[in-house]
Amino acid sequence: MSSALLAVELAYWQQTVIRALVGLVAVLLPAGTLVYLFLFKMMSFMQSRLGPMEAGPYGSMQLLAEVGKFLQKEDLVPRAADRIVFKLAPFVVLISTFLLVLVIPAGPDLWFIDIDTGIFLALAVSSISVIGVLMAGWASASKYSLIGGLRAAGQLVAYELPLVLAVMGVVIQAGTLNMQGIVMAQATGEIFGWGGIGNPFIITQFVGFAIFIVAVQAELTQPPFDMPVAESEIVTGYLTEYSGLRFLLFFIGEFATAGIFAALAATLFLGGWYVPGLDPTSNLFNVIGPAVLMGKMILVAFLIFWFRFTYPRFREDQLQQLAWKVLIPLALANIVVTGVLKVVL
Amino acid sequence: MTTVPDTRKLAYIAGQASDARVNVEFESDGMVLNLGPQHPATHGTLRVIVKLDGERVTAAEPVMGYMHRGYEKLAEVRTYPQITTLVNRIDWLGSFANEVPFILAAERLMEVEAPPRAQWIRTVLFELSRIANVVLFLGDMGVQLGAVTPVFFAFRDREFVLNQIEAVTGGRFHPNFDRIGGLKDDIPKGWVDETRGVLDRIRTFCDEMEDLVTGNEIFQARTRGIGVIPADVGLSYGLSGANIRASGVDWDLRRDGGVGLVHDRLDWKVWTHPDGDSFSRYWVRLQEVREACIMVDQLLDGMPSGPIMAKVPRIIKVPAGEAYVETENPLGIMGFYVISKGDLVPYRVKIRSASFNNISITPWLLKGVYVPDVVSILASLYFILGDIDR
Amino acid sequence: MIPLSSPDTTLDEPAESAERATDEERESLVATLADVLGDGLVDSEVAPGTDVWVRVTAEAWLDAGMALRDRCGMAYFNFLSAIDWLPSPFGRDMDAQVDLSDDGEAAEPEPMTWGVAGGGTRFQLLARVHDPRAHIGVTLKADLDSHDPRADSWIPAYPGADWHEREAWEMFGITFRGHPNLIHLYLPTQFEGNPLRKDYPLLARRVKPWPGIVDVELMPGDDADDEGDGGSV
Repeated sequence: MSSALLAVELAYWQQTVIRALVGLVAVLLPAGTLVYLFLFKMMSFMQSRLGPMEAGPYGSMQLLAEVGKFLQKEDLVPRAADRIVFKLAPFVVLISTFLLVLVIPAGPDLWFIDIDTGIFLALAVSSISVIGVLMAGWASASKYSLIGGLRAAGQLVAYELPLVLAVMGVVIQAGTLNMQGIVMAQATGEIFGWGGIGNPFIITQFVGFAIFIVAVQAELTQPPFDMPVAESEIVTGYLTEYSGLRFLLFFIGEFATAGIFAALAATLFLGGWYVPGLDPTSNLFNVIGPAVLMGKMILVAFLIFWFRFTYPRFREDQLQQLAWKVLIPLALANIVVTGVLKVVL
Repeated sequence: MTTVPDTRKLAYIAGQASDARVNVEFESDGMVLNLGPQHPATHGTLRVIVKLDGERVTAAEPVMGYMHRGYEKLAEVRTYPQITTLVNRIDWLGSFANEVPFILAAERLMEVEAPPRAQWIRTVLFELSRIANVVLFLGDMGVQLGAVTPVFFAFRDREFVLNQIEAVTGGRFHPNFDRIGGLKDDIPKGWVDETRGVLDRIRTFCDEMEDLVTGNEIFQARTRGIGVIPADVGLSYGLSGANIRASGVDWDLRRDGGVGLVHDRLDWKVWTHPDGDSFSRYWVRLQEVREACIMVDQLLDGMPSGPIMAKVPRIIKVPAGEAYVETENPLGIMGFYVISKGDLVPYRVKIRSASFNNISITPWLLKGVYVPDVVSILASLYFILGDIDR
Repeated sequence: MIPLSSPDTTLDEPAESAERATDEERESLVATLADVLGDGLVDSEVAPGTDVWVRVTAEAWLDAGMALRDRCGMAYFNFLSAIDWLPSPFGRDMDAQVDLSDDGEAAEPEPMTWGVAGGGTRFQLLARVHDPRAHIGVTLKADLDSHDPRADSWIPAYPGADWHEREAWEMFGITFRGHPNLIHLYLPTQFEGNPLRKDYPLLARRVKPWPGIVDVELMPGDDADDEGDGGSV
C-alpha cells in the first residue's frame, strides 16, 4: 500500500504491519471466495445438487465450519516420515503463494511492491511451491505420496515453460516487465489505431491467454491435469498422509494460488484494475480498483473451475506431450509473431 | 461348540506373517505398489499388487477374498426360498437379477414354469436392475478417470429406477422378490405409467453421458486403445457380458440362451464393438442401457394378465437332479449349477459369477500399462466385489 | 495394436438370432468326444432340450478340454469347480439338528449316491465350456481319487481356468498338476482345511441350528389355516 495515499506519514514498521495484514486478506479473501463460490456452490449446481445448505444462510458459513473441523483434527505424522521436512512442506507451499500476491497491483497507487521485474518475480516465486510438493511427497514415506510428488515435479517443471512463454507475448507488447506498466499499457494502448477500450491484451494475445490458462490449470494441479493428486489412482498423492492443520494449509495454498493466478491473468490480459473509458490515473481507481480486479479475477477463476469440474484427467505421458509438443511450440510461434508485428507496426 | 484350536490360531498368525514376507520379497526389484484393499479405484475390497518400473506395470496380481462370504457352503444348509436372500447380495447393484438364474434353475429341477405374467414382470425387473446397475457404471467410469460430475448424474437418475424397484418389491437393494413358480406379488397400481417416465429420464441421462463423457477428447485419449482384449483371449478367460461383446463377440444370452425370461419376444438389438478396448466396453454398456429402456417399454406395452404364481407346494422339496441355468446379468453371465438330492436344501450350489471370470484376465491385461491405466482398465471391466468373492 | 474404429461402427449385421442348440447337436458332440477320447469317455447324458453332460476319466481330463476347444469349437470357458459326493456326516437336511460328531460319534454313513452321468468316487471335477457361435454348452465331469484327488490343470487349454483351479484346490483340496501358482485364492495363506468338503463343519450351523422349517411364509392366496404340513406362522 502506498503510503502516499494516506494523509499521515507512517513509520517503516507501521507500513510493514499494514502490508502484512493486507497481504493476509489478499490471500485469504480470494481463496475463501473461490472455495465457497465455485467449489461449494457452482460445482454442486453443475452436478445437480445444492451443496452445503446447513451452516449459516444458504451454507455461507460452511467455510468456517470446515476450517474449524480441520483445526480440531489430530496432526498426524507417519512413523517412518522425515518429521521436520514433513512438517515444513505446507509452509513452503504457502510461502510461494504469499510471495506471488506481492506483485499484483490493485490500483494506480495500490501495490505492495512496485519493481521493474514484477512479472518475472511472480513467475519465479511460483516455482517455489514445487519444492514444497516434492518435500511433502518424499517426506511422507508413502509410495502413493512419492509417486504424487514426482508427478507434480515433472508436471510443474513442464508447464513452467509455456507459462513463461505465454507471458512473453504480453511483455513484448507492453514493453515492460513492471505489472503497473502492463496495466497502463493496456489502459492507454490502442488496437491497430483504435483506442476506444484501450488494449486489453486478451484480444491481441488471445493465443497467449489460452496457453496461460492451460498452463495455470496444470500449475494448480487441477483436473484435467490433476495427476499429482489423482484421488482415484494414487489417493490424493502427496497429500495422502496429511491431516488437520497441515492439510488445511495445503488446501488454502491450492485455492489461494488459484485466485492469485486468476488475478495475474486478469492483470496481464484483462487490464487489471482498469475499467475502459475512465482516466487511468484518476484517484477513483484507488477506491474501485480492488473490486474491479476481484471481479475480473472471479471471471477468470470461473473459467479455471469450469474446466476442473468438467474434464477427466490426462495420463502423465499425455500431459507431457501436450506441454512439449503443442503448448511450447505454439507459445514460441506466438512470441515470434508478436515480435515481428511489434517491430513492423 | 467347537473351539478354534491353538494350532489353528498360530497357523493363521504365521500366514499373516508370510503374507508380509512375500511383500518384502517383491520389493527387491522395482517398486511394489499395493492398490487396495482400501482404495478408491477398487470400489470395494479388491487388492491389486502391482510391480512397477517407473510408472509402468511389470506384473499385476489381484488378491481377493476380503469379502468372501462362502455362499456356496451357506447355500447347502438353507432351503431354496432362503437362498434368494443370499444370492441377492452377490451383485448388490443389480440384485434382482441375481435371484433369477437361481430360481430358474430350481424351477427346471421342479419342472414348474412361472405363469406368463410373472415371466414378464420378472423380465421387467431384470432389465430395471440392469439399468440401475449399469447407469452407475457409466458415472463411475468418469470418476475413475478424474471427472467428478458424471457420477452425480448417475446417482441422481439411478434413484428413480430404484424407486420403481422399491415400489414393486419393497426393497431398494435386496428385493428378495422372486419365488419358485412366480413372484411374491403383482405390480402396484399406476406403476406402469411411472416407469415410463423413469425410462425417459434414463434416456436423457444416456444422452448426457454421450455429451459429457464419450464425446470428450480426454476421455477418448485415456480409453481408446487401452486395455485391448482380443476376442479369443477374452473367450478363453471366460469374459462375459459387455466385456466380451466389446471385443466383437456377438453373444448375448438374452437372445441366444434364454429360458424363463421373455427377451426373445421383444424387438431389440445386441450391440457389439470391434475394438475390445476400454472405450468400447464403455460404449457397449451405454448402448445396453438404451436397449434395456427399449425392452422395458415393450414389456410394459404387452404385459399379459393372469396369475403371478404357479401351483407349487408350500414346503418346497426339489426333486433329485442337476441343472445349470445362466442368464445375462448386468455384469455378464451369471449361472447357478444346482445339485439336488430331493431334500429341502440343495446338495451343492456352484455359483458362476460374472466378475470372477471378468477380473481373472487382469494379470494378463495389466502387463505393461501405466498406473493410471490400471485404474481405467479395472473400471472398464466393471466388477462388483460381491460378485468376485461371493 | 488393433486399429481403432469410430464409435458408431459395429460389426457387420450378425446372423440373426442363432437357433437354439438341438438334441442332435448335443448327441453329435458326445459322439465327437467319444471318437477322440475313446475309453476316456465314461458316460454321458443328454437332457432333452436343455443340456448335455459328459463324464470322462481323470486321465482324459486335459485331453477332453483340448478336444472340446479344438474339435468342438468350445472357445468359451465358463467355470471349473468340483463336487464332494460324500454324504454329510452332520446330517444333510434342515431338521437334522443333532451334530453327532460333537458327541464323538460319527453319524451312520449313508450310501454315496451320484447325480447326472453317474460317478464312482467321492470327488468329481465339474467344468463347463460353451460354444459362443453355435450356442451349445457342455458340462464335463471327471471322477477323482477319493483320498488323493488329482487332475491335470486345464490352463494349457483354457488360461481362464487358473483362478477356478486355485479355488477348487483350496475349497476341495484337489491338486492340479501343471498349475503354476497353486496358492490360496480367497482364504488366508495358512488356512487349514477345505471348506466346501462335506466333512468340514459349518460352525455357525453347529452352534445355532437354523429355524428354517417353521419359517415358511404363506404363498399369495394361501390361508394360514388351509393346510397343516408344518407351516405355523
